[in-house]
Amino acid sequence: MFGPLIVKPKTSKNNKTGAWRVEIRPKFLQKNCIACKMCLMICPENCISGTEKNTYNSDFNFCKGCGLCAFICPKKDIEMVKEEQRE
Amino acid sequence: MREFLEGSRAVGDIVKLCKPGVISAYPITPQTHIVEELAQMVADGSLKAEFINVESEHSAASAVLGGSAAGVRVYTATSSQGLFLMAEVVFNIAGMRLPVVMTCANRAISAPINIWNDQQDSISLRDAGWLQLYAENIQEAVDLHLIAYKIAENKSVMLPVMVCMDGFILTHGIETVDMPAQEQVDKFLPPYQPLYKLDPKDPLTMGPLADPDSYTEARYAIEETLKDTLGLIPKVNAEFAAIFGRDYGGGLIEEYKTKDADKVVVALGSVCGTVKEVVDEFREKGKKIGLLKIISYRPFPGQAIYEALKNVPKVAVLNRAVSLGSYAPLTSEIKAVFFGKTKRPKIISSFIAGLGGRDITKESVKEILRLLNGKERVAEFIDLKPELLRESY
Repeated sequence: MFGPLIVKPKTSKNNKTGAWRVEIRPKFLQKNCIACKMCLMICPENCISGTEKNTYNSDFNFCKGCGLCAFICPKKDIEMVKEEQRE
Repeated sequence: MREFLEGSRAVGDIVKLCKPGVISAYPITPQTHIVEELAQMVADGSLKAEFINVESEHSAASAVLGGSAAGVRVYTATSSQGLFLMAEVVFNIAGMRLPVVMTCANRAISAPINIWNDQQDSISLRDAGWLQLYAENIQEAVDLHLIAYKIAENKSVMLPVMVCMDGFILTHGIETVDMPAQEQVDKFLPPYQPLYKLDPKDPLTMGPLADPDSYTEARYAIEETLKDTLGLIPKVNAEFAAIFGRDYGGGLIEEYKTKDADKVVVALGSVCGTVKEVVDEFREKGKKIGLLKIISYRPFPGQAIYEALKNVPKVAVLNRAVSLGSYAPLTSEIKAVFFGKTKRPKIISSFIAGLGGRDITKESVKEILRLLNGKERVAEFIDLKPELLRESY
């Protein structure tokens, strides 16, 4: 008898681990963004995407609210806000 | 062909005949001679295998885990502290359902450091999901390796097997061994076909996160499979007997003169040879003594043990390991077999002997049989030296 043993690549995307996030989440203001990609590169979940200036955002199905994007942003264009304060 | 061989050498020779593709091990007494010989074979070119030199047993176990995951027959061997350093990988190998075969040259555990034989190392890893088979002599150690690969690689099993042989007594002892021919081994053990393997062209992940939704089923499946192997082991042993001519009577337990016995000693490993001699001596005097040898400790053949001992009035369980602070390991399990049963021995006494290489002599066994006349013993240490003990330092 066998239980769950192997998985095919990229199936971890099925696990919506954003539910683990507590209390705070990043808010991408999209005002002073210079598209430097610092937030995208530092994100430990690799769940930030964007191309042009002021287009970056996080996929909240996976974002844990760690705050590294807000910390690294040279333009202070990302704020950490309470979950209930999101728009 | 019959050869006069050291136990380690014999194991090295049989592993060679099993044609492993990857061998990785780290030397530790008393396992050293086995892997030393295999390393020599690989260096000489007589064994076409990858011998991966590593910096520790943790790495050795990891290397064979990787080799097996890549779809190759693998082999490793260790002892004592080395097995404990491997421990987390040992659990991983079973959890990932990889048919690794390992020799455990049974040795005592530190502290105090001791390089000699007892079975504390493998017994302590009994819950890892591996099959554990215990050899009485060198011939059995050789044969159990063949049986181990055959069971491990069965498509419905896919679990690792640990072949346990008492350190020094079997690894460094010399006996006449009937070494099978390559054609016989090839007939019994065809090339390994994995169920799935790591392959860059068809990527997959083994041993990934199993959350509370799926972890239980992974463990349950191992438990069920181990129960099923109780049915498979006798079949494999029958197939083995047909090719090699040696019959281990189902391969789970061996009943030695137990049928009409008043007293039976239950034991694992090389001490069974000594017990058999005592049994024969007593039988000559008309005393009905028997031995129940347990070959397969995992899976634990509870039903076979029940059938073998249900009509025996007095049973002595001889442990070469302890579970400090509780009953001795084998004792607990023998007792569990009979809990709540109407037909059962009146006395199941527990004895601990042979720790750290202290010989279990015929006199030790006779002492056990004497003590079996009295009240039930919970965990009686045999051949204890009270002069070495003190109440304060």
